[in-house]
Amino acid sequence: MYATNYHRASSVQDAVKMRSAADEGKYLSGGMTLIATMKQRLASPSDLVDLRHIPDLNGVSVNGKSVRIGAATTHYDVASSAELKAVCPAICALAHGIGDPHVRHMGTIGGSVANNDPAADYPAALLGLDAVIVTNVREIKAGAFFTGLFETALEDGEMIVAITFDAPARAAYAKFRNPASRYAMTGVFVARRDNGDVRVAVTGAGGDGVFRHSGMEAALAANWSADALSGVSVDPSGLLSDIHAGAEYRANLVKVMAKRAVAAA
Amino acid sequence: MGVEGIGASVARKEDKRFLTGKGRYTDDMSVPGMKYAFFVRSPYAHAKIKSIDMSAAKDMPGVIGILEGKQLQADAIGNIICGWMIHSRDGSPMKMGAWRPLAHETVRYVGDAVAIVVADSLGEARDAAEAVVVEYDVLPAVTEAVKALEAGQPQLHPEAPNNLIFDWQLGDGDAADKAIAEAAHVTEMTIRNNRLAPNPMEPRATLGIYDSAEDHYTCYTTSQNPHVARLVMSAFYNVAPENKLRVIAPDVGGGFGSKIYIYPEEIVCLWASKKTGVPVKWTCDRTEAFLTDAHGRDHVSTVKMAFDKDNRITGLKVDTIANLGAYMSLFSSAVPTYLYATLLSGQYAIPAIHANVRTVYTNTVPVDAYRGAGRPEATYLLERTIETAARELGVSPAELRRKNFIRTFPYQTPVIMTYDAGDYEASLEAAMAASDWNGFAARKAEAARRGMKRGIGMSCYIEACGIAPSAAVGSLGAGVGLWESAEVRVNAVGTIEVMTGSHSHGQGHETTFAQLIADRFGIPIDNVNIVHGDTDKVQMGMGTYGSRSGAVGMSAVVKALDKVEAKAKKIAAHLMEADESDIVIENGELKVAGTDKVLPWFQVALAAYTAHNLPPGMEPGLKEGAFYDPSNFTFPAGCYICEVEIDPETGTTEIVQFVAADDFGNIINPMIVEGQVHGGIAQGIGQALLENVHYDPQNGQLITASYMDYAMPRADDLPSFKLSHQNTPCPSNPLGIKGCGEAGAIGSPPALINAITDAIGNNNLTMPATPQKVWSAINAVN
Repeated sequence: MYATNYHRASSVQDAVKMRSAADEGKYLSGGMTLIATMKQRLASPSDLVDLRHIPDLNGVSVNGKSVRIGAATTHYDVASSAELKAVCPAICALAHGIGDPHVRHMGTIGGSVANNDPAADYPAALLGLDAVIVTNVREIKAGAFFTGLFETALEDGEMIVAITFDAPARAAYAKFRNPASRYAMTGVFVARRDNGDVRVAVTGAGGDGVFRHSGMEAALAANWSADALSGVSVDPSGLLSDIHAGAEYRANLVKVMAKRAVAAA
Repeated sequence: MGVEGIGASVARKEDKRFLTGKGRYTDDMSVPGMKYAFFVRSPYAHAKIKSIDMSAAKDMPGVIGILEGKQLQADAIGNIICGWMIHSRDGSPMKMGAWRPLAHETVRYVGDAVAIVVADSLGEARDAAEAVVVEYDVLPAVTEAVKALEAGQPQLHPEAPNNLIFDWQLGDGDAADKAIAEAAHVTEMTIRNNRLAPNPMEPRATLGIYDSAEDHYTCYTTSQNPHVARLVMSAFYNVAPENKLRVIAPDVGGGFGSKIYIYPEEIVCLWASKKTGVPVKWTCDRTEAFLTDAHGRDHVSTVKMAFDKDNRITGLKVDTIANLGAYMSLFSSAVPTYLYATLLSGQYAIPAIHANVRTVYTNTVPVDAYRGAGRPEATYLLERTIETAARELGVSPAELRRKNFIRTFPYQTPVIMTYDAGDYEASLEAAMAASDWNGFAARKAEAARRGMKRGIGMSCYIEACGIAPSAAVGSLGAGVGLWESAEVRVNAVGTIEVMTGSHSHGQGHETTFAQLIADRFGIPIDNVNIVHGDTDKVQMGMGTYGSRSGAVGMSAVVKALDKVEAKAKKIAAHLMEADESDIVIENGELKVAGTDKVLPWFQVALAAYTAHNLPPGMEPGLKEGAFYDPSNFTFPAGCYICEVEIDPETGTTEIVQFVAADDFGNIINPMIVEGQVHGGIAQGIGQALLENVHYDPQNGQLITASYMDYAMPRADDLPSFKLSHQNTPCPSNPLGIKGCGEAGAIGSPPALINAITDAIGNNNLTMPATPQKVWSAINAVN
């Protein structure tokens, strides 16, 4: 790791100021990817501004079906929130399946979402839940937020403050783990609303990152059952292909994980 | 046996320090004035070095020195060698290309060391290393052995046309051909043994200390055999004469073979310490370990197994191409030859065997011994083939094996080895009973109702351990003898130090070796200290690998104990005015049999050192040494049965049952033996299901250079193992023990792949059997 300056922000305004004052500052919110990248000398920010200790950014609040998760809330805190579990157990289960206990106690939802790793779990949940990413300057719908591999709609210096969404009637996440990294080689989040709207969001498989599968959404809107997916085909073109899984295999996993998610929802 | 004697599951003495973070590893060592090294390494798999420009780097903060290969050569530091001579079938010696500790002409794999930077801190060394400008002329690379032999491929070493190192054979080719021609059935297969990275928990490290006042070098290093390191660095690399070089391998966190070899970093840090005038420490990071630790296996073989009309094996013919990487590592030539082809008879009476082995240079890190070393390759090949033959012949795989078992001992195979003892049927029966083999059909049917594909597979392995009779290995090309030494030093108060040339890097020697003393003299193991890993403390030794520490290292201890016991009895007889033959040693006392005369152990030891009243002519003191040279290899054997359930939708394999029935001869500490078997099976399951080194075949870049892409087995990948032990004591060593360190890694991969292929009904599957491969194999037959 190259030498860097560490700052601990106490408020959002504080954080923005610290970062803009730095040569090449970066927000740090758990650092589960950033620190590893810096250790490999693949990133060399002059300054790190730690967001995890900003009180406003921490915690889960639930008001009826309306959920707000502070950006610096750890995966552990999301996984173990009783309030959240009561209205949207799927996202708690998803958070419980991220990494290992060390990662779940350090990594945060905001950090994960801002990084938009194509194999991360949260992007599937946010897209599947039609969530809103609240930043220090605006609100962005998940559908417009994730723009490509490790790419988001965040402007330079813009900071995620919270994630909000309305809990769906039913939802579940099914993940097939990469045998080496245990990241999602394919993960599918399904959600169904009381009005019959269905979302199927896929992570780990898309060549451009997280995506919705309209064919499966239509099939499930017509008939909310795993069997409804049997006739839907998943096109392997545009899916990721690497030493662990080719596009054909990932296409199969998308369908199998979607079925399992529906069955579990 | 007593609570701490032979056969007792004594808790490991060394675990207190390991589990409380008090272990002392090489990277824990610090000396005044110590500085840090970082190596400049080749980013290319194959390139000519046009120039190395250090001018900018030299002026960077904290830099003490930057050294390159030309300087190393000018100081007459030698090239790294392979210590086992193999001759090709045409009589020509193996083609050893030059491996320079620091390359200055050509780099041949990604990670090949080019220069060393020594600086005040590791960060500064690394910063300066990035500022060293090496200009390369990039050459085409080849990473696969089969391809490297083809015409028109990149050539690695001028000494080795077509990248062929040697073309070696063993056995009778005509007899094997005849058996195949006359066979009622021939099973033919192509078998790939995947390439593995060893991944010891502790990465390699070394600390080189040059003392200019004494012109003396000290090397702390992560070694399985510090004496061999000293010998090779003195005799071949010209680092320093043996009396001027002390090598210390303190606590070492796993080796699995990869820490047998003497690597460039050890040589270069010692040399650099003299050149820079400061002690130089280097510690490898994990990606550096993937890039530079010697890898294991990487064979492609074709095999023909011939049967007569009664399903008896009549012949075996094997053709193997083995990838040795860019350079010949220390024992790389022995692994695919004398540690491999000599085991191709397996547990079976096969009248005619012929093996042809070609070894090949490629632009990959050197390949050498890795847990099992040659024997997993032989076992995988044989056990996949016989299982396939059983399916082709329509007979039970257990019955086909049973029919062909060797049943009389000693048994001379057609491939050098003389098996001394064994009862293969006993392990087969035990494993079948433990796995409820006969109830499998019902379990398979029940799984099918859940939509799962259930399969069962077995593997009957044999291995040769306790390497080895020195004269025998010498005649086969080894550059060293493979005996072991021990010294038993009884202190004046009766406590005991045992100096052993074996080296413990996880095996628990500090406990098991002490159990020998507790068993012999009846003194507590807390009164015994096992000293190893330091060339200044232990006179000489050959180290630990090939499951040799029990069979060879402990046998040397036994020989020394015999001498100590004899002298102690003489002293006791003299003091108690009895006949020497009437003295017995029990519970820490020397007694005159049939009387109430008794002397405590410490009093005899004290008498030996006060020397006030010793038998006439006896030298004072109670300290004896011994060298033990084994008369044969040992032959652990067993039967493993694996049962799996495959999810056909994803290709995921779950191991639902794993049974191991092993014959290790006599056992010193059953708990430690079980631990060794658990670890070995975990590594075997890793090879069969998860692990694979992947180089980009186009440019030779290592894709699996971190745990993001290299799949190590984790606890939740593994089932609980059902173990049992059968015992035919080894007749060739005084303890009757055979060795247990590698069996798990040898026996498990074929059992697992046989089970998976049984479940999916497609035999065309290579290791590692990843979900994707299994899914594809299912779809290929549906």
